[in-house]
Amino acid sequence: MTATALTAARAGLVSCETCALLSRPVEAAEPGHCRRCGGKLEWRRHHSIQYTWALVVAAAICYIPANVLPVLNTTTLGSTDSDTIMGGVALLYNTGSWPLALVVLIASVMVPLGKLIALSYLLVSVQRGSIRNNHDRTRLYRLVEFIGRWSMLDVFVDTFTVALIQLQPLMSVEPGAGVLFFAAVVVLTMIAAESFDPRLIWDSGAIRRFDD
Amino acid sequence: MNDPGEIVACPECDLLQHVPELSPGTKARCLRCGNTLASQASEPIDVPLALTLGAAVVFILANTQPLMGLSAVGRQASTTIPGGAYEMWQQGEMLTAAVVAFCAVVAPGAYILFMLTTLLAVRWPPAPHWVGELLRWAESMQPWSMLEVMILGILVALIKIAELATVEPGIGMYAVGGLVVLFTAIMITFDPREVWKRVEWTDDGAEVVR
Repeated sequence: MTATALTAARAGLVSCETCALLSRPVEAAEPGHCRRCGGKLEWRRHHSIQYTWALVVAAAICYIPANVLPVLNTTTLGSTDSDTIMGGVALLYNTGSWPLALVVLIASVMVPLGKLIALSYLLVSVQRGSIRNNHDRTRLYRLVEFIGRWSMLDVFVDTFTVALIQLQPLMSVEPGAGVLFFAAVVVLTMIAAESFDPRLIWDSGAIRRFDD
Repeated sequence: MNDPGEIVACPECDLLQHVPELSPGTKARCLRCGNTLASQASEPIDVPLALTLGAAVVFILANTQPLMGLSAVGRQASTTIPGGAYEMWQQGEMLTAAVVAFCAVVAPGAYILFMLTTLLAVRWPPAPHWVGELLRWAESMQPWSMLEVMILGILVALIKIAELATVEPGIGMYAVGGLVVLFTAIMITFDPREVWKRVEWTDDGAEVVR
């Protein structure tokens, strides 16, 4: 079906990303703006592959300090303890709340890593002009889009732990440098998912020119 | 346009297809990739408007009332959502504080504000074309509004702290819970196509296909 399917692009039409109105641009090179909502018309998201790659690489770089550096520094009566994200998971597990430990492990460690792998796979498969598993790849993209926000969980946990535990001089909690990198991973992968154009999955290798 | 319904291109795979006029409560899915192309609610403007008004009130409560209180060895502490972000800022994590404030306060607040204006404006068509611009902003805020993630984060923090001190959820906590439900309800009942039908066209550039 893919080879013969009539897409808007094949028919010389552009669908507005904002209001879904179909337009027939006068100049194919410069589709201009949507007549109804004024949004910028594009055959495919601008430089989708390059932008997404750049963001994925940046996120992968931040992923390392996010996991190595401490996210919380706890001071109890003068002595300081540092916890990384995995340390926080272990702490939850040891205090007996393993369901929560699992939730945090999935949201903070597995989801960001899974997103980086999934986006890289989507990018490589599109660049190689793959026409296989289109349905599965589309589903994977939807999953990445849907699940990405949940990685922000640990940032919220740290924020509210810091905000509440300020009982100087008995006990206080300060944020560590890891939180910033962790938040950066989440934000960068979310923007990466937004800049990836799922329609590229369905364009066969022949219409790759849309990404130029 | 004698033909009821319209021709659309699937936003996820670009397949051209005809979407028939839908009866209330039904959905149209893309023939090829299964993406939801359109859904028809029975009251696509008034119900989301009522829900958004409710959300505006609950939003104020959620941001001004304490989320939770803590007492340990005779000391009391409590925090609100903006208070959490502010403490991060005070501790020198300005960027993280900004991300938290954006996802927990600015994005949901802006979403409510833009939706409220959009929905009020389209009740008396033709709506001026800046309404479309507002709707676009509202939709771009949507992925960054992370109330449901925040509430789970607060719960995890509560359970962690419960090891050390007595913690009690406050009014703000229940308000955030209510807000999560209201946001979901707005997204389910609202149909952006209904707004686009009523908005004045900006009209420049490309030829339009019917």
